[in-house]
Amino acid sequence: MTFARRLGPLPVHVTIIALVLIWTIPTIATLVNSFRPPALVGSTGWWTAFFPPYAFTLENYERVLTTNNMATSFLNSLTITIPATVIPIVVAAFSAYAFAWMTFPLRNTLFLLLVGLIVVPLQVTLVPVLQAYQNLGLTGTFLAVWLAHTGYGLPFAIYLLRNFFGALPKDLFEAAAIDGAGTLATFFRIVMPLSVPALASLTIFQFLWVWNDLLVALIFLGGTPAVAPMTVTISNLVNSLGQDWQRLTAAAFISIALPLAVFLGLQRYFVRGILAGSVKG
Amino acid sequence: MIERVPQVAAAIVLPVAALLGYIIVAEWLLGRLPAGARPRLRPWIWIGPALAFVGFFLIAPAIETVVLSLKDATSSNWVGLDNYATVLTDSNVHLAIRNNVLWWIVFFTSFVLIDGLVIAVLADRVRYEGIAKSLIFLPQAISFVAAGTIWKFIYAYQPPGVEQTGTLNAMVTAFGGEPQPWLAQAPTNNLLIIVVGVWAWAGFATVILSAALKGVPVELLEASRLDGASEVMVFRRIILPLMLPTITVVATTLVIFALKAFDVVYVMTNGNFDTEVLANRMYKELFSARNYGRASAVATLLLLGIVPVLVFNLRRFRAQEAIR
Repeated sequence: MTFARRLGPLPVHVTIIALVLIWTIPTIATLVNSFRPPALVGSTGWWTAFFPPYAFTLENYERVLTTNNMATSFLNSLTITIPATVIPIVVAAFSAYAFAWMTFPLRNTLFLLLVGLIVVPLQVTLVPVLQAYQNLGLTGTFLAVWLAHTGYGLPFAIYLLRNFFGALPKDLFEAAAIDGAGTLATFFRIVMPLSVPALASLTIFQFLWVWNDLLVALIFLGGTPAVAPMTVTISNLVNSLGQDWQRLTAAAFISIALPLAVFLGLQRYFVRGILAGSVKG
Repeated sequence: MIERVPQVAAAIVLPVAALLGYIIVAEWLLGRLPAGARPRLRPWIWIGPALAFVGFFLIAPAIETVVLSLKDATSSNWVGLDNYATVLTDSNVHLAIRNNVLWWIVFFTSFVLIDGLVIAVLADRVRYEGIAKSLIFLPQAISFVAAGTIWKFIYAYQPPGVEQTGTLNAMVTAFGGEPQPWLAQAPTNNLLIIVVGVWAWAGFATVILSAALKGVPVELLEASRLDGASEVMVFRRIILPLMLPTITVVATTLVIFALKAFDVVYVMTNGNFDTEVLANRMYKELFSARNYGRASAVATLLLLGIVPVLVFNLRRFRAQEAIR
């Protein structure tokens, strides 16, 4: 497709490069600042780092990891994210299989309901779930966020997987039935292995969503430092550090390192997932 | 550090083992039943866990929120529509509704769409398309908490006369202007906050729109060019109409995000200086004011706001299913 052909090459290059610069400079600026001495970050711009005298240090990282609870928060983020990614995918895979390959009353109505729930803002559920958690004594526990993220992630996960499972060739299932494979064998030996691309997309989505989440953690963990993930800790630091907020550059980078690595490594699957169904609520 | 490893390992292994155990045992029990009953029961075994989660975390609470919005701060007495009367006459809520609708739904959505279209169309033209799109897509992986922090450095302010550390103010002063406390100045601070949203979402729009653009048949474009259509006409009369369904899909996703925007506002201004949004208002009612009734009323407003999008999405889904 060559719509822009007649625009001439130069303006196109200039516009694209300008846009790419605007999109990358904020991140680069923060990265550069995170390696500068705290006193300099507060008094001169990040661009001065490129001119002598050069002054780079790991002090920001050291301080934020040792005095600001970031090391614990990093582990908390991992502790929250891994189960909150694995559980909904298993639950979603079971039900997507039923929605795609079994017939039962209300099947279409229930699926339509799930499609509708994809866009419902989770704010609408917070107060009653919080009250239920308070009664059960679950607030401030990892279990509370694992379960909540499972519930919130399911509609989209089921939607994505059901569309993928449903597109698998029917012959496969007939052949499996002739060979005497039961429901379980068909699910674990045929559906799961063939759906690795869809499962990969979904894993990245759910991982990024939970890792980057602030609201669910803020509400159900209530800001207890011992269980707070990095998003909660950083947003607290933004308010409490005052003049010292430059240290946050290091904190911000610790929090985005893992998602960036996942993203860069598995971008292909992420893009595929986005193109397959982009309506997460 | 090390002592956390067993905890995390258990948190992964136990639920997965429980779920696998559930499905294997349930299928085994099903095998004991008469063959005629199996197909009728089996689907419910497979969708059961999902229905339980969705029922407990989404359906029941959504209904209960509407009920709670008719009760007082501690959910103990019925107060009719009092919460709505309070909320809808609160100037902070008016401000939040204005910001959600005007700045977020209208401006944020259109900026992302325009940006995504421009990048998709132009990047299609250059050999480094892949890397350019990847770089623009990158912020999609970053949390809004981190994004807010990153952009605070762009908007940082020092009094006039002192060396500016914020990129924007350094540029302004380099051209002889006065440094501005950007995030504290209404109404431009709203624009600067949605810029962070645009920065984060442009890549998403680009990826989808770019795929749609590549789906436009080249022959169609060549034919109209041969007929003497200008590039602008080709874009407006052929490319845009063909891409419209995709643009609407992207727009829906953006509108949903715009309605419940929270993190970025919470981190950058916490709704101060006229930047309030509904989701942040709800958070304040819930945790600062401890008023469950009013928090539920604000949440119900959000739910009402989403209804048109919901209806639109369900219609689109039905149309898709009809083709399948």
